[in-house]
Amino acid sequence: MKILVAVKRVVDHNVRIRVRPDGSGVETNGVRMSMNPFCKHAVEAAVQLAEAGSADEVVIVSIGPKAANDVILTALAMGAHRGILVESDQSLETLVIAKLLARIVDEEQPDLVLLGKQAVDDDSNHVGQMLAALTDRPQATFASEIKLDGNALEVTREVDSGRETIALPLPAIVTADLRLNTPRNAALPMVMKARSKPLAVRPVAEFGVDLTPRLKVEQVASPPERAAGKRVNSVAELATAIAADINEMEAI
Amino acid sequence: MSVLVLAELDNGALSASTARIVAAASQLGPVDLLVPGPAAAADQAATIAGIAKVIHAKEVVLADGLANLLAGLAEPYTVIAAAASTTGKDVMPRLAAKLDIQPVTDIVAIEAPNRFVRPVYAGNALETVTDGQAKHVLTFRASAFRPAASGNAAPIQPLDAQIASAARFIAAHRTQSDIPDLSTAQIVVGGGVSVGSAEGFKLVEQLGHVLGAAIGATRAAVDAGYAPNDWQVGQTGKIIAPDLYIAVGISGALQHLAGIQGAKKIIAINTDPEAPIVKIADLALIGDLFEILPQLTAELEKSGLKR
Ligand SMILES: Cc1cc2nc3c(=O)[nH]c(=O)nc-3n(C[C@H](O)[C@H](O)[C@H](O)COP(=O)(O)OP(=O)(O)OC[C@H]3O[C@@H](n4cnc5c(N)ncnc54)[C@H](O)[C@@H]3O)c2cc1C
Repeated sequence: MKILVAVKRVVDHNVRIRVRPDGSGVETNGVRMSMNPFCKHAVEAAVQLAEAGSADEVVIVSIGPKAANDVILTALAMGAHRGILVESDQSLETLVIAKLLARIVDEEQPDLVLLGKQAVDDDSNHVGQMLAALTDRPQATFASEIKLDGNALEVTREVDSGRETIALPLPAIVTADLRLNTPRNAALPMVMKARSKPLAVRPVAEFGVDLTPRLKVEQVASPPERAAGKRVNSVAELATAIAADINEMEAI
Repeated sequence: MSVLVLAELDNGALSASTARIVAAASQLGPVDLLVPGPAAAADQAATIAGIAKVIHAKEVVLADGLANLLAGLAEPYTVIAAAASTTGKDVMPRLAAKLDIQPVTDIVAIEAPNRFVRPVYAGNALETVTDGQAKHVLTFRASAFRPAASGNAAPIQPLDAQIASAARFIAAHRTQSDIPDLSTAQIVVGGGVSVGSAEGFKLVEQLGHVLGAAIGATRAAVDAGYAPNDWQVGQTGKIIAPDLYIAVGISGALQHLAGIQGAKKIIAINTDPEAPIVKIADLALIGDLFEILPQLTAELEKSGLKR
């Protein structure tokens, strides 16, 4: 079985972001970047399937600037076999990303595509579902457990009202949630070895996908700041304040 | 503009967020509501104000089936919308790609018929976008909108479509409870990992009970097994916007704050005066939750709140 994993390079999730004063976006210059955390869970799941003998090749694909090589190398160091960078300096909408990934799926014909459920920059949560539509494959989003049984996957998904389990025939698309596994930190020898694994860099133009954005970003703003509040010194004071709040609340 | 809204169902019942999504979508035009579920849910949906007609289909639960069902109905509509729930997130991008549309999702404000505000970077920035496409696929964050009124008696049109899904539903693992729905609750009491155990969480639940509140939890508390995962509030859990959020033993990591930015008022109970949540709380009591919670619950019980 061949697994394709899509990974995105984003502002590191521990960085407190700053909106640019002119409202044109979020400052990314000089900011630490790393692999989107959800993508890391997807890579880990693929590598575990390979280690269990269920998959014989794990291919990593990232779409982004040359620097996105970093996150592919991280995935290779975690145990993936080879990488593909679709190089583009432009910021691309999720529909375009899904179309580019669909081309890669056409070429590679993976049995399973794993992605993170969302990217922590645009927080879109679109790409897996869109790729599933474009390749006409079944999908399981927000996966917290994956079991492979012959030619079918059993996936437990985290949903608003709890969890649910569904079965998908392969080939299929799965997006990873945080509880799927604990991603490994690659040891130094693996990091060194990753450099010698194959990594193909391909210009985005090669794919002939129309990159024109459909949405116009008018502005990016900081949310209203919360003013620092008050301290209360006793439970009695707190209870009085809560009771007052509740009495003021509009009934809905 | 005519609008088709996918109703939000929970275990076959109409969810409280449907009326909120209808209210949001009504700002864009008259709403037809698709209810893929039991007839009782369709009957209930027909009472929501702002609905022109209810389209009632046989229950469809999986994303490929729902996306196909919506795609089949899409032609006459300018807007197709749903909640930014796990169902909406599962289905709408799939539908959008089928229709070759870039969706706009998790909308928290409508500025014009094709201009929307949505949070990015875990709510640490708000992006305003104009959607220039001829047709729009949208999801709305339920907690950002007030519910539509009821009292309508919209006609119900049965739909007799055969919808197949490549995936197969095996089982639902639901948390059964009678506490209010977290994503639309007016008051939420949230507990962190410092609550220490599932037993300890009972203290949080007791306070919640007196207040008629929904219960939330941090990811750390859920990971530790003290609370079910559908209680998780935050970037990767539920996004809530209650009038009052009481954070008990919660540090206020940015991924947790992402889920409570819409809260009107935040109260923090924490041993650490330097905890990030204490810094942004409207009101804070510094102290040990194990001492404070039982006393607070008792005081509030005594005060005879009108909940
Ligand atoms: C990609 C990603 C997504 C995430 N998504 C989410 C999410 O959706 N939701 C979420 O919550 N987290 C999320 N997290 C995790 C988040 O970063 C924090 O780890 C988590 O919110 C911390 O939970 P906590 O406040 O319970 O624990 P801690 O950070 O350990 O805080 C415990 C707090 O309890 C206080 N305390 C200790 N003892 C007592 C006592 N006896 N009485 C009163 N106070 C006490 C301490 O002072 C401290 O402030 C995510 C992380 C990542 C990387």
